Amino acid sequence: MLGKTAGGLYWMFRYLERSENTTRLLDAGFRIAITRSSAAKNEWASVVTTAGVCEAYEQRHKVFEANAVIDFLLRDRANPSSVLSVVEAARDNARLVRTALTREVWEATNECWMTLTSVLQHPVLTKNLSDVLGTIRQQSALVRGALHGTMLRNDIYNFARLGTFIERADNTARILDVKYYVLLPSISYVGSSLDNVQWDSILRSVSGLRAYRWMHGGEVTPTGIADFLVLDGQMPRSLAFCHNKIHDNLGYLARNYDTRYPCNELADAMLARFRNITINAILDIGLHQYLEEFLLENNKLALQIERDFRFSE
Amino acid sequence: MDADAKFFDEMFGTGETAREPYRQYHNWFEAEDSAQLQKKSVEAERLFRRTGITFNVYGDDEATERLIPFDLVPRILSAREWARLERGIKQRVRALNAFLNDIYHRQEILRAGRIPHELIANNDAFLPKMIGVSPPGGVYTHIVGVDIVRTDENEFFVLEDNARTPSGVSYMLENRETMLHMFPDLFSQIPVQVISDYPKNLRRSLAACAPPACQGKPVVAVLTPGIHNSAYYEHSFLADQMGAELVEGHDLRVVDGRVAMRTTRGYTPIDVLYRRVDDDYLDPLNFNAGSMLGVPGVMDVYRAGGITLANAPGTGIADDKAIYSYMPEIVEFYTGESPILKNVETWRCVEPDALAYVLEHLTELVVKEVHGSGGYGLLVGPAASKREIEQFRKKLKANPGNYIAQPTLSLSTVPILTDAGLAPRHVDLRPYVQVSPNSINVTPGGLTRVALKQGSLVVNSSQGGGTKDTWVLEE
Repeated sequence: MLGKTAGGLYWMFRYLERSENTTRLLDAGFRIAITRSSAAKNEWASVVTTAGVCEAYEQRHKVFEANAVIDFLLRDRANPSSVLSVVEAARDNARLVRTALTREVWEATNECWMTLTSVLQHPVLTKNLSDVLGTIRQQSALVRGALHGTMLRNDIYNFARLGTFIERADNTARILDVKYYVLLPSISYVGSSLDNVQWDSILRSVSGLRAYRWMHGGEVTPTGIADFLVLDGQMPRSLAFCHNKIHDNLGYLARNYDTRYPCNELADAMLARFRNITINAILDIGLHQYLEEFLLENNKLALQIERDFRFSE
Repeated sequence: MDADAKFFDEMFGTGETAREPYRQYHNWFEAEDSAQLQKKSVEAERLFRRTGITFNVYGDDEATERLIPFDLVPRILSAREWARLERGIKQRVRALNAFLNDIYHRQEILRAGRIPHELIANNDAFLPKMIGVSPPGGVYTHIVGVDIVRTDENEFFVLEDNARTPSGVSYMLENRETMLHMFPDLFSQIPVQVISDYPKNLRRSLAACAPPACQGKPVVAVLTPGIHNSAYYEHSFLADQMGAELVEGHDLRVVDGRVAMRTTRGYTPIDVLYRRVDDDYLDPLNFNAGSMLGVPGVMDVYRAGGITLANAPGTGIADDKAIYSYMPEIVEFYTGESPILKNVETWRCVEPDALAYVLEHLTELVVKEVHGSGGYGLLVGPAASKREIEQFRKKLKANPGNYIAQPTLSLSTVPILTDAGLAPRHVDLRPYVQVSPNSINVTPGGLTRVALKQGSLVVNSSQGGGTKDTWVLEE
């Protein structure tokens, strides 16, 4: 396979994953904003921060308010991470790697782009936000479904999956990092309704609220949430889950290519971060510090993958 | 039907009843519900969009991706009509390759005085770097698109030979797929010759031209300028269908005397490169130094037998519009036969008498740039305004060698489906030819381009033309 093709597949699925994550963030942010109007401004600022586009936002807008944030995250082409920008980038990458995709995957991606450019042609009214976010998630899910249903489980598939999990791990870590203070033990807030809403919101932004309840009964605790998003082996958006997958995908490539690469070593080391450690130990180190380190390592691994498989010259 | 009596209509001839090749189709059409057909028309457009069969229009900032409109009334040729065309095309393509081989080696045709020396020596399309180079398998033009127009029952003319990088074959194939998808019953009633093996044949004929350095099964790749090129869809389509890699210049470099592509596991040599990049951009070391699309040093590898380029560099000298006017002589010179397909009468403006004639008859003639393509830089005299004609007159006088002129042909028409039913529109035909060392293969039919505007003679997609599926009936 061409190095460029591997890179195209990887980025195609990173971008698709990003479009989904952005919609989840907006979903959770919007919910807080409508239920607790006094904290709304902070909430929108934190949504933009989590999306990692604060600087770009401040160049375009003075204040953090619903319509501006929604428009910036969904439609603004000046924001390289807006849904419209990333869906376009995903489709450009899909065109680049057209020969590596099944017809179904290509058509689903193309249809996703056609549908979303049409849906996002005009500013989205808050009363329509839910529907629009639903459509975005659905379109992305159709591509994923076509990938699972029709693609050979070969190196092509593994590069696509690597893009998904690197992006997802990055996203989950950033959600937690922006909100880590909400999870800190603090006498004045414990048990207050404010905490509960914030905690729900964290879970909502990874589509994990119901899953959490299944696993932990009705009891939502800061430690429980941190554990669920960092260490849980069944939660498909947890850091440990993503890095288990990355480890497996890279392991497949090493076997398939009959070579162990530097990225395999890094992936081993990443996995070790999650073994034999409890969430309490992580909280003792400091969640913020742990997540910052994680984000750096995740990024380092991503760059190593690009180098090892010659995505570019 | 208000068919203009001046033009030959391929469905109805000059009468009211369908000509023989269209008889069965016309019966079927008459029995169809016209509202249903209109619906199919919309469905076809949706299919094309979803598949992403779009093209980019240069100089058009707004809608960067457009569809080539597809008309669902097929253009139909009988087996007998096709047999003659096919023989004529093969003869012509044989002559083109013999001409190229001669012009880059002994130049017998110049010595024999059959075409003027200056025509080659002063021609930008002539590539001195190809002198004395013999392409692997002796094939210069692996893929040729011969543009043919019809003016009457038995009158076919070659309008142009596309011997560089003819495009459009993906439309030929996708048009058929779309028709099969929408009207399966039609194909069970009417025996239409199959075209779907084009990519397989292309791969085979490219592999048959593998270079001396090739070891084992030839590695074939398609070289594209990238996703922003107007024909990118076609490049990816062909690579996909042939099971070949789709590469860009930055994927390639010369490694140990071979052109190699950067894979996830290192550099792998390529044997045959079907390049959809023009000569000028192919090799920044040997040609246009500013090119980012090509591979530095590929020409040196080529000349040393390390890679096959399809088509060979320098084939443009054979499809140049000034050379075109000598095609009858060229065919006779190399095949010893008289040409089966006619040339359109052509005035070479470089000749003073011809120029004088052309300037006097601008309102009747079609004037073309010698190296132009895609319907750009073209004057259609009868359709042009006074101002356009005067502007062109100036250009002609300033640089007569850059132009040729031809009479305005009475192009045949084939009906398209409009809101008001069938309506005749002018068409041309581009059959696709694959050349391998031992055989020439013409895919039955080709791409029919149709001018959608009533009365228009310009069929180019960049100028608002559409396409039709083209059927050649079984015997």
